[in-house]
Amino acid sequence: MLRNLLKLPSSLGHALSTHNVCPRGQSLKLLPLLSRNTKPYSIITERKKFYEDVSISQGEGGMFEINLDRRKLKTPGGKLFTAPNEALAIAVANEWDTQKDTLKFYSMHLTTLCNTALDNPTLRSKDQMITAALKYLETDTICYRVDEPPSLVELQNNEWDPVLNWIEDRYNVVIGSSTSILGPEIPKATMDTFHQHLGSYNFWSLIGLEYVITQLKSVVLAFALIDKHITVEQAVLLSRLEEEFQIGHWGNVEWAHDVDLYELRARTAAGALFVHFSSESSTVKRKLMQD
Amino acid sequence: MAGLSSPLRVCRGILKEIRAIKGPEYKQTLAYNYVFQQFRKNLITSERYCRAQEEALHASHTYLCLLSSTRQHIALYDMYHGKGQRGTEEMAGIVGLRLPTQPGGKGWEK
Repeated sequence: MLRNLLKLPSSLGHALSTHNVCPRGQSLKLLPLLSRNTKPYSIITERKKFYEDVSISQGEGGMFEINLDRRKLKTPGGKLFTAPNEALAIAVANEWDTQKDTLKFYSMHLTTLCNTALDNPTLRSKDQMITAALKYLETDTICYRVDEPPSLVELQNNEWDPVLNWIEDRYNVVIGSSTSILGPEIPKATMDTFHQHLGSYNFWSLIGLEYVITQLKSVVLAFALIDKHITVEQAVLLSRLEEEFQIGHWGNVEWAHDVDLYELRARTAAGALFVHFSSESSTVKRKLMQD
Repeated sequence: MAGLSSPLRVCRGILKEIRAIKGPEYKQTLAYNYVFQQFRKNLITSERYCRAQEEALHASHTYLCLLSSTRQHIALYDMYHGKGQRGTEEMAGIVGLRLPTQPGGKGWEK
């Protein structure tokens, strides 16, 4: 239930606008949504598909742009939509290309993330984002343990302890877990270490990382995923561990549990991929000997 | 690192997802060509521990997860998500009832 409440902000990045590059014609039918009077971040979940062909092109400064037919995609804030590398641009183009008769913005997670990074609608600085992301550590899902029933306690210990141990070793920090309602006490040194580590991320990666953290409700799991220690499926399973336990006991309800599961997986995967694309340096490394 | 299947399976998985959503002309899409090219490129690396390859595999696995989860989520969404309110008559029909009718009209029609 909490998860649903927290999803709300992310539904904001959906609305779109396009920019007409051909001198005349075609643009008129788009106008209702695009006029400057409409609020850029109004919540529009679906829209009729208005283009046939999706392609990408490299514009100024080596940034990649998305073309819908002959128009250029713009962000809800009215900026030209640009992606820093080809892989991300293709993944976004694929999202647009695979829409059928209606555009389902709620399923276009990478587009949403790019829009957020380009427009930065909440006008936050890098430092604010790091602080916001790390705030989740104080109430990290896998640090909150139950003390009954015994089978759930055992499950949590078995599944969560390895990840917790991994992150403590990897970053040389102390986090710990707690069964108290107040959660574990996170030492200041731990916060400082993570703060410093996140300082090395660029703005786009931070957007993706924060998205993953808010989806999984866990800094630890997000780090394990971004560091490629676990897969998306594992991260989502660990994040929903108690829910899975209850499902095992009471049964699975497709229209609630499965919808939630797949949406969470899709969002988490999009966030992780976004971080990967945004933080990778040069990807082309050729071997010397090649025929 | 755990839980990753082989590159070939992931590659085929991604291409299958693109095909499922795009239909027969999937081979002309940007994504198809790019994915194919990337897997080809990463194929020729030495057998030694190769971080770049592991990273690429993890990323492609993540992408596969994104595509398949989105597809499944949309399928469930289409099936279960509310499409607004139904009319009185339709609603009654669902539970096997019909709205009452008065033979000869109710008196106030013209």
